[in-house]
Amino acid sequence: MKLVVAIIKPFKLEEVKEALSEVGIEGMTVTEVKGFGRQKGHTEIYRGSEYTVDFLPKVKVEIAVQDEAVSQAAEAIAKSAKTGKIGDGKVFVLPLEEAIRIRTDERGDTAL
Amino acid sequence: MTKILIKLPGPLLFALIAAMMAGLTPALAQEEAGPVDDYLELVESAGAEYAPAFDFFTVSMLWTVIAAALVFLMHLGFATLEAGLTQSKNTVNILFKNVWIISIGLISYAVVGFNTHYPGDFNGWISIGSMIGDLNADGGGTWGYGGLGLAMTGYGDFIFQAMFAATAATIVSGAVAERVKLSAFMIYSTILVAFGYTIAGSWHWGGGWLSQLGGGEAGFYDFAGSTVVHGFGGAAALAAVIILGPRKGKYTDDGTVKPILGHSMPLAAVGVFLLFFGWFGFNGGSVLSANPGPLGLVFTTTALAAAAGGIASIIVSWSVLKKPDLSMALNGLLAGLVSITAGADSVSVLSSIIMGAVGGAIVVFAIIFFDKIKIDDPVGAISVHGVCGIWGTVAVAIFGGANLMSQIIGVIGVYVFAFVFSLIVFGIIKAIMGVRVSEEEESEGLDISEHGQEAYNTNS
Repeated sequence: MKLVVAIIKPFKLEEVKEALSEVGIEGMTVTEVKGFGRQKGHTEIYRGSEYTVDFLPKVKVEIAVQDEAVSQAAEAIAKSAKTGKIGDGKVFVLPLEEAIRIRTDERGDTAL
Repeated sequence: MTKILIKLPGPLLFALIAAMMAGLTPALAQEEAGPVDDYLELVESAGAEYAPAFDFFTVSMLWTVIAAALVFLMHLGFATLEAGLTQSKNTVNILFKNVWIISIGLISYAVVGFNTHYPGDFNGWISIGSMIGDLNADGGGTWGYGGLGLAMTGYGDFIFQAMFAATAATIVSGAVAERVKLSAFMIYSTILVAFGYTIAGSWHWGGGWLSQLGGGEAGFYDFAGSTVVHGFGGAAALAAVIILGPRKGKYTDDGTVKPILGHSMPLAAVGVFLLFFGWFGFNGGSVLSANPGPLGLVFTTTALAAAAGGIASIIVSWSVLKKPDLSMALNGLLAGLVSITAGADSVSVLSSIIMGAVGGAIVVFAIIFFDKIKIDDPVGAISVHGVCGIWGTVAVAIFGGANLMSQIIGVIGVYVFAFVFSLIVFGIIKAIMGVRVSEEEESEGLDISEHGQEAYNTNS
């Protein structure tokens, strides 16, 4: 099992969700987050004074998938979240040791 | 069937009320103790030809109390404007201060303010008044109070002026927001509204020395209070901010400005539109009657000046700052309003537009200027009320035929008094109990540190 964590542009969330369900991903957790990478921040102005916004709003998508579905899922995210411009985000794949479906106490792959 | 039954009580009730009223009206005219007896008696004693004058008086009095209610609404405007332009962690504190100010403003005006503001015959400088008595006594409940010029009863006069009084302290509230100690501000605002505002006001509206300039021939002219209300508040706020110092984090070590963002532009916009709305009462009520000519003019000049202030501030802020800044546009509307307040009844339509536009332009530069010299005013109150108050007052000499020297003397007199009064009162409070919260409390937010509660509870 793997945990796929993707940081994407907020307005791309809908497309990513659709792309994931097309490859059979049935659940995901989404968090509004802030951060920056190479894009850095940008300057805004308030009452005549400029200031830098370092942390830009992003969306973090987390999905737990079976080993054989990982590349498909990661691909789907990378493809659907792409605009080609700086700030598109990243996809991380992490090993996942255990999963439990709380309602039924199922464990491992069947819990996903 | 049931429908008819339900419908019956309405018309029945109406018929009953109509019957009662038909029975009551002649009774009132004949019997001694009726609610309009004094009025009818006056008409009778004055003669039937005075009836239109009584009608005018009644309509005027009605307008005055409506205007008072409109000015009251400005306090909600101040509250939401201040809350919007500050951080969410200080919202409870802002609202709390505004509750305090309208409350203590009204009470103190009854206890000492009204008779200090309008002392009658006095030395022209200062006369601390006593609590108001029965203002309906001695003809005060009729046009015997002020004739058809001041076409209101004693209570009408009181309540309209009382709503004004609290405004001065509210102006300071915005400027010192986010770091002032609540208890210190409560004491300061009480003294300011009870004595400071009313003493300065007595110089002009109370028949004091400002109104006697040039032997009364070239008296200071300030229609609804560009100087004696807004200027007073702005100058007092400047002194308070100087003593208080800027908010933590507003200036970096190398001296550059690091803006502290307001948390709700919608709240700020609601506040400004409420203030604009209330200003029709502020200026319109200052006609002191429902005299149709001046009233229409005042409404028009007030609205046009605000509009011109808004447009001017948009043009200036867009070209100087490269972006159309909403908070500047909102301040521009208010700047236009403050700029017309001194001359709303005495300038032409074109003049009102020029006065408002100049005010709207000035306010953008004033806000940037005060930011640069480290006078940290989160809502721009010093610029809007203080700086535009000067412009509005002087502009009456340029466009409305007031005496230029008298206008300048009036501005200097009131501003210096407000500044020094505020400096001394706030300075003494600082020496006794401190006027600022600790750095820790400031960064935690005054809502938690002063009140132990949050404006926006995330758990509910």
